[in-house]
Amino acid sequence: MIQHLVDGILVGSFLSLGAIGLTMVMHILRFANFSHAELLSIGAYCALVFDRLFESLLPVLAEKIGPLSMTGALLVSILISMVVTGLSAVLIDKLVFRRVRQKGGELSMVFASFGMSLVIRNVIGLVFGLSSELYSRDIAFAMVLSRDPLLLVKPDQVFVLIAALVIMFALYLLFSRTTIGFALRAIAENPSLAQVHGVNLKKMIALVWIMGGALGAIAGVFYGLSYQITPVMGRDLVLPIFAATIVGGIGSVYGAVLGGFIVGVASNIALVVLPSGYSPSVPFLMILLILLIRPNGLFGEARA
Amino acid sequence: MIGVISYLVFFTTVAAILGIAVLGLNLQWGNTGLFNGGVVASFGAGAYGTLILGGAPQESQLGGFELFYPLALLGGMAAAGILAWAVGRLTLRLRHDYLAIATFGVAVAFENVMRNATTITGGAQGIRGFERPFRQMLGDGFTYNLVFLIAVLVILCAVYIFLERLTVSPFGRLLRAIREDETAARSLGKSPDRVRLISFVTGSVIIGLAGGLYGTFYAFVSPQDVLPILTFQIWAMLIVGGAGNAKGALAGAFLIWGAWTFSGWALSRFAPVEAQLYTGSIQFVLIGMVIVGMLLWRPQGLFPERLIVSQPGRSREKTQAEGFT
Repeated sequence: MIQHLVDGILVGSFLSLGAIGLTMVMHILRFANFSHAELLSIGAYCALVFDRLFESLLPVLAEKIGPLSMTGALLVSILISMVVTGLSAVLIDKLVFRRVRQKGGELSMVFASFGMSLVIRNVIGLVFGLSSELYSRDIAFAMVLSRDPLLLVKPDQVFVLIAALVIMFALYLLFSRTTIGFALRAIAENPSLAQVHGVNLKKMIALVWIMGGALGAIAGVFYGLSYQITPVMGRDLVLPIFAATIVGGIGSVYGAVLGGFIVGVASNIALVVLPSGYSPSVPFLMILLILLIRPNGLFGEARA
Repeated sequence: MIGVISYLVFFTTVAAILGIAVLGLNLQWGNTGLFNGGVVASFGAGAYGTLILGGAPQESQLGGFELFYPLALLGGMAAAGILAWAVGRLTLRLRHDYLAIATFGVAVAFENVMRNATTITGGAQGIRGFERPFRQMLGDGFTYNLVFLIAVLVILCAVYIFLERLTVSPFGRLLRAIREDETAARSLGKSPDRVRLISFVTGSVIIGLAGGLYGTFYAFVSPQDVLPILTFQIWAMLIVGGAGNAKGALAGAFLIWGAWTFSGWALSRFAPVEAQLYTGSIQFVLIGMVIVGMLLWRPQGLFPERLIVSQPGRSREKTQAEGFT
C-alpha cells in the first residue's frame, strides 16, 4: 500500500508537468489538445538523440552523476530537448492549429489535434522504429527505504520528484512575480482586454506553446527514465494528462499540479483493488468521478 | 473472375457497414456539432452485445444466450445506446470539449475492459462460436455473403432514409439551430442539452448497429476490432465526404475504405520486406494527414452540406438570395 502511494507520487510528478502545459493551452487557446501528449514523445526522443550524440562525442559527459543512472550528457540533452520541443510546438501551431483557428470553431481545433496526434505518433514510429528504447541500459538498483513495510525507491525517481517540484516552484514565481506571468494570466482571463493593455497576443500564444513544449519535454524524459521510451507513449499518456487537467480544473496551473499527483496516486492505489490490467481505465474513472461531483474541477471556474 | 466478384462483395459489405457507422457519426457531428472521440466504443458495444446475446454458450464464459438474431442485434444497439446515454448525461451540459475527452476515455476504457474481463468477453481471444443467422439454409460460401451484403445494403438504405427524414423534420431543424446558435435556440424555449443528448444517443445506437453487423459478418469479435484507429478511420470518412451531408458521408466511407484497403495491398505487394513491419504506421500517418489536410484545405468536405430550408411555400432560390445560409 505505502509502496503504491510512493510510486503514485513519482508518477504524479511527470503527469503534473505534462498537465501544466495542457491546461494552459486548453485555457488560452480554448481547445482540448489531443496531440499534447505527443510533445512528451518528441521531447523524450529528442533527448535520446542528443544523449547518444554527446556520449559518443564527449566521453567525459558519459560519466554517471552520483547514484543516478543519469549522465551529464542527458542533463545537457534535456535542456536542448526543451528548446527543440518548444519550437516544434510553435511550428505545429503555425502549420496547423493557427490556420484551423482562423477558419473554424473550437471543435475543429479538437479534431485537428486528434488527427495530428496520429500523424506525430506514427512518424516517430517510422523514424525511430517501433521497439522501445532506454536512456541507460544499466540496471538501476532501488534503494531500500524501509524493510517493514517494504519500500523501494530508485535514485532516479527521487531526482525526478525533486526536479519536478523545483520546476513547479519556478513556475509559481513566474506567474506570481513577473510581468510575463501577469500577461499570461490576463490573456487567459480576457484576451481583448489584455490586448487593449498592450499585451501582444501572438507572442503570448507562442510563449504558451514554448512553455507547454518545454515542460512536456521534461515530462517525457522523466517518463523515459522511469519506464521506457516508445513511440506509443503519447497514446498511453494522453488520457492520464487529460484527467489531471480536468481534476485540477481547466486553466488552473496549481490545479494541474495537484491533479497530476491525484491521478498518479489514484492509478497506483487502484492496483490494490483492481487487477493490474485495468490500470489504463483508472484515469477515465477519475474523469467521470470529478464530472459527477465537481464538474469544473478542483480549482476551475465555470466558463462556456 | 469469381474471385474478383467475391472479393468485391466482401469489400462492399465492410464498406457499407462502416458507411452505417459514418451516418451515425454524421448525425452527431454533421447535424448537431458533437465531437465523439470514441466512435469505436459504440461500435464495439454493438458488436460485443450482439455476439454475447446471440452466441452459443461457451465454457467458463458469461453469455451465449442464443437469442433470436434480431433481438440480439437490438440488444447490441441498446448496449451502445446506454453507454452513450451515461456519458452524454455527464458531459453534454459542460464545456464542449469535455464530451470529446470523455468519449475518448470511454473508448480506451472499453478496449481495456474487453481485453481483461475474460469471463464476460473472452479477453484477448475474443468471442467465438457465434452462429451466423440462416447459416444452415445458405451455407458458408459465396451465396451467404451475397445475401448478407443485400441485407446490409437494405439496412443502410433504411438508416439513410430515416436520417434524411429526420434532418428535414422539425427535429432536424432544431438540431441545426442549436449547432449554429445555441443561445438563440434557448431563447425560443428549446432545451439544447436534451436535444443534444437525444441526437448523441441516436447516433451511437446507429454506430452500434454497424458494430453488430460487423460482428455478425465475421462471427467473431476481439479487442483487436475495437482499437482507436477505427475511430480515426470513421472520422476520416466523414470529413472527406463532407460533414452534414449524408450522401457525402457514404461516398467518404467507400472512398476511404477503398484507399485504406488499396494502400495496405500496395504496401504489402511493393514495399521492401524490411518495411513491411511499418505498413500500419504508414497507413496511420496517411489517415491522420487526410484528416488534418481536409481541415486545412477543404473543411466542408468533397461534397459540402447543402442547407435545406424546410419551410413550406418558399423556394430555395429566394431564401438563398436573402442570404439564409
